[in-house]
Amino acid sequence: MRPVYVAGVGIHPFGRFPDRPLTDLGAHAVRAALTEAAIGRGDFEAAYCGSVYGGVAVGHKILTRLGLSGTPIINFEAGCASGGAALAVGSAQVAAGVHDTVLVFGAEKMPRGIIRSSFFDPWREAAGLAATPAYFALRAQRLLSEGDVTAEDLARVSVKNHDYGVHNPFAMYRKSISLEEVLNSPVVCEPLRLLMLCAPNEGAAALVLSARPGPGRVRVAAAELRSHLSGSVLGEHTPLSGLGDDAVPPPTTLAARAAFTQAGVGPSDVDVAEVQDTDAARELLSLEELGLVPVGGSGAWIRGGGGGPGSALPVNVSGGLLSKGEPLGASALGQIVELTWQLRGSAGPRQVPAARWALAHTVGRGANASVVLLCRD
Amino acid sequence: MSTTGGVRPIAEGLFEITGGEPRLIVARCASCRELHFPASDTCPYCGDPCDTERVGPEGRLRLFTVVHRAPPGYRGPVPYGFGVVALTGHRLEVITRLTEIDPARLRPNLPMRLEVAPLYTDDDGQAVLSWAFAPVAAAAS
Repeated sequence: MRPVYVAGVGIHPFGRFPDRPLTDLGAHAVRAALTEAAIGRGDFEAAYCGSVYGGVAVGHKILTRLGLSGTPIINFEAGCASGGAALAVGSAQVAAGVHDTVLVFGAEKMPRGIIRSSFFDPWREAAGLAATPAYFALRAQRLLSEGDVTAEDLARVSVKNHDYGVHNPFAMYRKSISLEEVLNSPVVCEPLRLLMLCAPNEGAAALVLSARPGPGRVRVAAAELRSHLSGSVLGEHTPLSGLGDDAVPPPTTLAARAAFTQAGVGPSDVDVAEVQDTDAARELLSLEELGLVPVGGSGAWIRGGGGGPGSALPVNVSGGLLSKGEPLGASALGQIVELTWQLRGSAGPRQVPAARWALAHTVGRGANASVVLLCRD
Repeated sequence: MSTTGGVRPIAEGLFEITGGEPRLIVARCASCRELHFPASDTCPYCGDPCDTERVGPEGRLRLFTVVHRAPPGYRGPVPYGFGVVALTGHRLEVITRLTEIDPARLRPNLPMRLEVAPLYTDDDGQAVLSWAFAPVAAAAS
């Protein structure tokens, strides 16, 4: 297999853009990535687009808008891991020598409020079983009842990520919040409060992947995707890792193990990480499932300043989804954009000094998890 | 709740009332013996065929929350309880609505009991039955 490099990145800010159609958001990110890679029409051999709510042929619409169609264009839907799925396939095609240069992008315009998901049958919605934040809350409660994590610790995650988000011009919320503000925000689902949950929103991100190394090119050392094993879901056919039997490794752990093996490094080598933080508890659980924090140790980790500036492992330095909001198809690639900047040393006030290895993680409905390892050689 | 248009279950094959007692209709795998709910003909653990069984009404609360905002498509009242209940005597946990909406009155391992009751009235005026678990003390009072 050949090494794969990130030759260019582009991002459209994450937020709310009622006057801009989805194709404009996607086109903005794609144009920026192609400009940075110094390539144009005919210079990439395939395109892979992640989106959940984009509808029929969303990637085709975006590239047609730019006059860039003609190559194979494939659309990916894997819930919150959609962009990770597009990247896993695009990266593998370059590594295998099928293509030398590919475009990977994601674009999304989410409806406001609680995510409506066709994953649930209509009767499940009517019965009240399709409440996504309630599943997040059960997982949070499990973390609180089985470990040493407290509600204050969940608030600390929100405070940390919002502090980082202040410095990210592409984030939706760019304001610090206090522990008290988080703990006094309205309860959405016990124990999760409004400021412990990310907002679904809009945005786009794009990457050019190439088989050729070059100045400023970050290497994709692994891009792995894993779905859940049978038994790691409740027998309700509502797969959501973190609720079921501990003995069965969740998809995040499976993807992380595969990625570390592929890259030939371990969790202790990671210098900076962007992990799924759709809610504050999810960040702590993600870190434990990834092996970046010992199982049962995430409460002590966040209380001890873990993840913050200057710590051993800064986490969600982009502000995370808690600050940026979550455009499902673009969120995983937004992480790669941030980590590429981090490894190039061009992340400005968010820069983690001398970062060499970076990890990106998303996990989505299905359950599907994506883990990407990037390296500055 | 109006029942002028009759009564119907929210979906077929989820629950039934036999001898005055509500039961969940679950499936047991003929090969690996694992249970799952709602019942399907194929085991989600191993892929082999399943047969249906009835379980309940007793269980124990494992995880719980209270939903304060109506999620998309939900037709019942808010707030409502939501959680995971382990069925007594079986290796089966189910996602379920809870009748209790005060989190202070819920705790892990609390004895719970299955109930089947109208959740909402549909567009045809029919009362729609769904299942939920209630704390045993509350159910008795």
